[in-house]
Formats: sequence, structure tokens, C-alpha cells
Amino acid sequence: MQFIKPGINIDFVGKRKIAFTISLLLIAVSIVTLIVNQGPRYGIDFAGGTLVQVKFAKAVTIDRIKSGLETIDMTASAVQQFGHAADHEYLIRTDTATTAVEGLAERIETGLKASTGVDAETRRVEMVGPQVGKDLREKALFAMFYSLLFITVYISGRFEMKWGKSAIVAAAIMAAVYLLSLFNVSIPFLMLAALIVSLVVFWFFEFKYAMGAIVALIHDVTITVGVFSIFDKEFTLPIVAALLTIIGYSLNDTIIVFDRIRENLRKYHKEPMMTILNKSVNETLSRTILTSGTTLIVVIALFVLGGGIIHDFSFALLVGVMVGTYSSVYVASPILLAWQNRRK
Amino acid sequence: MIAAVILAAVIYVIPTFRPGIWPHKKINLGLDLQGGMHLVLEVEADKAVENTVERLAQEMRDMLRKEHIRTLAFERVEGIKIAVKVPDETNIASFDDLLDKEFRDVRVADRTVKDGVLDIVLDLPDKEIERIRQLAVAQALETIRNRIDQFGVSEPDIRIQGEQRILVQLPGIKDTQRAKDLIGKTALLEFKLVDETHDVQSALDGNVPASSEILYETKEDPATRRTQKIPFLVKKRTALTGAYLTDARVQIDSQYNEPYVSITFDKKGARLFERITAENVKKRLAIVLDGNVYSAPVIQEKIAGGEARITGSFTTNEARDLAIVLRAGALPAPVQILEERTVGPSLGTDSIRMGLLSMCVGGILVVLFMAVYYKASGLIADFALILNILLIAGGLAIFGATLTLPGIAGIILTIGMAVDANVLIFERIREEMGLGKTPRAAVDAGYDRATLTILDANVTTLIAALVLFQFGTGPVKGFAVTLSLGVVASLFTALVLTRAVFDYVLIHRKIRTISI
Repeated sequence: MQFIKPGINIDFVGKRKIAFTISLLLIAVSIVTLIVNQGPRYGIDFAGGTLVQVKFAKAVTIDRIKSGLETIDMTASAVQQFGHAADHEYLIRTDTATTAVEGLAERIETGLKASTGVDAETRRVEMVGPQVGKDLREKALFAMFYSLLFITVYISGRFEMKWGKSAIVAAAIMAAVYLLSLFNVSIPFLMLAALIVSLVVFWFFEFKYAMGAIVALIHDVTITVGVFSIFDKEFTLPIVAALLTIIGYSLNDTIIVFDRIRENLRKYHKEPMMTILNKSVNETLSRTILTSGTTLIVVIALFVLGGGIIHDFSFALLVGVMVGTYSSVYVASPILLAWQNRRK
Repeated sequence: MIAAVILAAVIYVIPTFRPGIWPHKKINLGLDLQGGMHLVLEVEADKAVENTVERLAQEMRDMLRKEHIRTLAFERVEGIKIAVKVPDETNIASFDDLLDKEFRDVRVADRTVKDGVLDIVLDLPDKEIERIRQLAVAQALETIRNRIDQFGVSEPDIRIQGEQRILVQLPGIKDTQRAKDLIGKTALLEFKLVDETHDVQSALDGNVPASSEILYETKEDPATRRTQKIPFLVKKRTALTGAYLTDARVQIDSQYNEPYVSITFDKKGARLFERITAENVKKRLAIVLDGNVYSAPVIQEKIAGGEARITGSFTTNEARDLAIVLRAGALPAPVQILEERTVGPSLGTDSIRMGLLSMCVGGILVVLFMAVYYKASGLIADFALILNILLIAGGLAIFGATLTLPGIAGIILTIGMAVDANVLIFERIREEMGLGKTPRAAVDAGYDRATLTILDANVTTLIAALVLFQFGTGPVKGFAVTLSLGVVASLFTALVLTRAVFDYVLIHRKIRTISI
């Protein structure tokens, strides 16, 4: 069986203007929603607060839950249904970390039993103090930063075969970050600065592959974060893990296309760049579709059947895998072409 | 080599399903899967420094009185400094003398003499403060570990995190509140004199003398299970704390056959205790634990030798609990719960069920798809995929890593991505065959050309996974572990295992065509 017949030649690169427009639009929407929502909505992992997951024996109304919480002097910032409606499970959130409250679980159980008349079982309690939340936020950002750094170095070294220069890239990024950190710049801006520095250095050294890969990567992460912001989903530690996985996955896709481009450049060095790019994308198309397909199958299985706790996590993967596949075809390769045209 | 790897994986995986077959460990389940409690505590180490200074100030005050050195002012400032005003030259001389003799490790932060009055601010050297803080954290860790050991939790994980935080993980705990109480209790033992010059009743009505406070003794009648609160009016000033304890044991009074707790003070504590008891014979000394009065016996005589008894109408169990808390020691400083994550056992079971279900469904769909799309070669890839999962499980067991819910997600993701390597190879083989090569040549060329691509593609994922491992905590770390194992396992199955299968089929079975 074969989806894609050999010798197929879809003009992917020719559609790059449309693709760039779509991408820019998506990124713009992501950034605008992020600005409107004042950054991603941090979950308690990063913002601090308390989260209680309660399971009721029978159906109850959210109003009853809220009034029950009031009787025990708990002001919930949000009560929402969790998982399938048939489970009668609810998430209760408060903004403050209730460290001082003794026997929170028991008090909630009795308070809710009194107001709803239904037995309540506390299934999960998570409390993160503000200080820890801040630490976790920093740690997560550092994780993103270092993976970006290492991947940048690896790509520039591996693809351009200039490990010496890739060491310079790393040094430049680290120097920039070190200098900025002296001025107490917040970490998101540090990352932004690091990315800009690496792009400038790539430009300087003419690392076109690395440039394409990094742009595709920024594209994917921005859009995934944007989608999270649009759906008003919470940003938690597992979501950061998902983002890093998406980074890995997206690069994986991009690298395979790039590998083929390099191979074809040697093979058909007389052909124009555009033809080679299209040929390479088409040759790897079968693999791209298959791998994305199987990955999507399992991610969808996880999304549908995995249960509420990893629902958002699998949602992030779902969005990321789709965007990552798209970007390796429509974003990463056309950048190589743009580079080529610039030099003429 | 392949057989050895598979065998090793099987050996390590089997104990998970049939515990006790051989002495290898089974795969650890994370707290999110088996239920349990994750706490991050912060030791308020500054408090320990303050306590040290407070003790020092008290000692100094006593010494000054004993040596008849006059002071105009003596106060603690900013919690960690002692400010003293000393008048007269001779007085100043003997004060300096006292400092040199008895308080050698105290630092003079500021010293001015104006109009014959010495203004001196004393504090502790930075090194000493740092030492106290570190000691406080280490001691808190030890104390909490002791308490949890006595609480009886299997495989607790207690460790210092950062500078003054303690991470406590208690898998399988059901009574989380009890565990929290036990861990969070400061267990600060204090001896305070009962204020017998004032009336408890009038104090309860609001006339509390400035130097005294009301503390309660809570008594539970074992028969009626009713609690009773008995008020005590005690001096605010702590005569002695449990910090000077070296041991606490339950003993039985031979005369009345009643249990009591025998405590032993260190040298300094013994000296202090002797003086307090000598000065307050026939008065009551309240034994206060975390602000609650335990008992308030009447001092019969001066007690020398550094041994004391805490008597009361204890049951043997109560006496034993008291001894445990005293022996495990007070936390050197209060702890604050910074982060708490509790997962009920029922939720854990549900999570496992759903995780495994989605894993099976996703896996089966992928296996079917590969078999349909690549026919016989697809079956080889499926075989590799199943071994892949086995290898991840084996890897988890070998490294003693913890399987978490995101970890299961990591395995599921690996299933999707593991076929990637095979897809790359198979597509190459198809291309080569399309160019008219023989199956063997096509397979060789396919593997050769795909290998570098596969390595490149996986290294980046591995980088992301390793960084996640370095920075991640708890479940995220679990995810990073399974993802890394997945990448390594899929490299092995795709580049070594399926290759071997193809070679076997094509060379030894002399099969001329290839079903792909």
C-alpha cells in the first residue's frame, strides 16, 4: 500500500507566499491573544495556589459546591467540571496557597456534603506556594532556554559541518545572556534576546539550515502557546514538557527534510534551488505523512482516553505535532529558498 | 548481542508483573499513579539563628547579673543582634572581660564609647550564621526522617532540595493529614514556670500580667473521649528548652508502677536545670510542647546531674509518643509547607487504567496500520515496536526510574515516533527498489542512507529529553526518562534489530522478493 506515488511533484515551495501569510497570521493571532490575555494563563504550578479535585457520588450543581465552600470560609476562584460529566468530578481552585489550613481535605468533604447532600471524595490536593511557583517558572524557562541552546549548537554544527563556528554561536548566546542577566532582565526577554542573537550569528555565518530550523521551531512553539491562550487553557509544568517534546519533534521533521535537501543538492547541483527543494519535500512526503499519522493516532488516543489529568498535555502535543509537520514542509524549506534569492 | 539485550530487559521487567520471582526491583510507580503525598517544606532557618541569639542573650543577661555588671540597656534588635549600653569605666572593663572570657565566638558589630557610656552591638559572625542555618536544615531533615520512620511509611523519599528546602515523598499514604501533622510539628519543648502570684481566673477574664501568658493543657478522657482544656498562667520567659536534651526514654516508676519519661540534659542544660529547680522549689514548672502544656509538676527539690522526669497521668502509649517526639527532637526551626501534592489512591488507579487503555488502543492502531501499509515488512516493524516497549520497561526497572502518568504519555508518544525510524528505512528501501535494485542491495542501501538521518533526528529529541530531565521535577522527570529511554530503544530496534531480521530473511532463507 502506498499513499504517495513515487515521482509525485506537488509544488510546495511555490505556495510559500500563501503559507507564509497563514503562518504570520497565526503567529500574529497568537501574540495578540497573549497580549490581550496578559501572557499565558499560569496554572498553580507557576502562579501558586490551591487546586482540589473532588468526586461526588451523584450529580451536583456548581452553585451548591460554591455555597458549600463558603460555609468553610474558602473562596474558590473557579469551580469547574473535570473529565467526563458522568464522573461528577470537579476542580476547585483558589489563588492563595492554603498552607495554614489544617485538614483541608476533610473540611472540604464535610462542607460539600452539607451543602450538596452528596458524598464527596477528595481525590487530589495540590498546593503550591508563591515562592515555589516562581522557582518552578524559572526552572521551566531555563529548561526551554538550555534545550534551545544545545539544539542550536547541534544543528549549526551538524548541518553546516562547522563545529568551530557552532562553538562561537554558543559562546555568543551565552555571552549575550550573561551580559543581560547582569541587568536583571527577566527570563522571557533573555530567551528572546538569545534567539535574536543566534539568528544574527546564523545570518553572519550564513548558517541557512540552522536558521530555517530555528525559525520553524519558534513558529511551532509560538503557535502552540497561542492556541493555549486562545482556548484559555492553563500553562502547567507538564505543558512545558509537552512544548519541549514538540521542539524535539518539529526539529526531527525538519532535519529529515533538510537531510534530503543536502543529498539532492549534491546529486542535482545544476538544478535550480526551487526544484531541488520541491523534489526533496516530495520525496520525504510519504515519510512525513506516515510518521505524523502514527504519532497523531497515539496522541489522539491519549487525548480521548487518557483521562482529565493529561488532557491538556495531550492537547498541546496534538497541536504541536500538527503545526510541527506543517512547518517542516512550509516554513523551514522555503526559508532556504529565501536565503538563496537574497544572494542573487 | 540482540538476544542478550532482550533477555536482560525481560529479566528486569518480570518482577513488575510477578513480584518476588527474583530479587530485582520492580518498576516504581510515581505518586500520581499509586497515590501518595509530595511535600516541599521550607525550614525557616533564620528562626534558628534568632533562637540561638535569644539563648545567647539570656545567658549573657544571667552572667551580667551574676558578675554584678550594670547595664543601662540590654535588648535584642533585628532578631539577630544584641545591643547593650554599659556605663562607667570599671563596669566597661569587666564587661569586656566577660565578653573575652565567656563569649569568645560573639562578634562585635559596633562599639562606641561616648561620655563614659559604652554602646555595643553584638552579633554572630557570618560563618557562624551560615553554619547554624545549614545545621538547622540538616537537623530538620534528620528529625523528619526519624519521625517518618516511626510513622511507618515504606520507601519514603526525604531529601534536601536547594538551600533550605526539604522534599518529602510518601508513596501510598492514605491518612495525609496525620502525616502532615507529624512532619510539620515543631515539637518545641519548653519549661516555663507557672505564675503563682496571679490568679488564673482573673487572667482568663482579661487581666493577664505583662510577664505571663495563658497556655492550655488538653486532656482527653479515654472513657468518654471528651476533651477538657485546663488553663495555666505561666511566665512568658522560657526557663529551659528541649534543645539541651540528649535523650528521652520511657521508664516505669517502680513504686507506683506508672510510666514516666526520663530525659537527659547535656552539660549546659544540666547546669541550667539545676539552677532553675534550686531557685523554685515547691513551685510548679510547666512542661510545654508547641505551646500546649503537657504537665505542670511541683518541683520537690533541687535536681542535679542533668536527669529529669516528666511525670503525669500517662498511659504507656502516651509516654512512648512523648518520648518519640522528644527523642526525634524538635525541629531546630519551624517548617512551612511550600508545596503539597496529594493524590488519592483511587485517582491513581484510574490514571493507570486510562493510561494503559490509551496506550493499548494507540499501540494496536499503529501496529495494524504498519502491517497494512508495509505488509510483511510492517510486521517486522511491529515486532520492533513491541520490543521497544519491552526495552523501555526494562530500562525503567534497571535504572530504578519512576513511571509517572506523563511517563506513560512518553511511552505512547514513543510508540508513534518509534515507527519513524522504520518508516524512513522502508521508504528508502522502496525508493531503491524503484530504481531497480535487488532486494538485498535495496535493504543495504536503505539502511545505509537512512542511518545518519535517523541519528540526527533522534539526537535532537534526546537533547530535549535530557534537558527536561535536568530541570524537571516529579512527573515531568518521569516523562523525560521514558522519552530518553524510548529514543535509545527505538534507535536500537530500528538500526540493529530490524536490520538483523532482514538480513536473516534475505541471506539465510534465500528469499528473493521483499514484501514492503
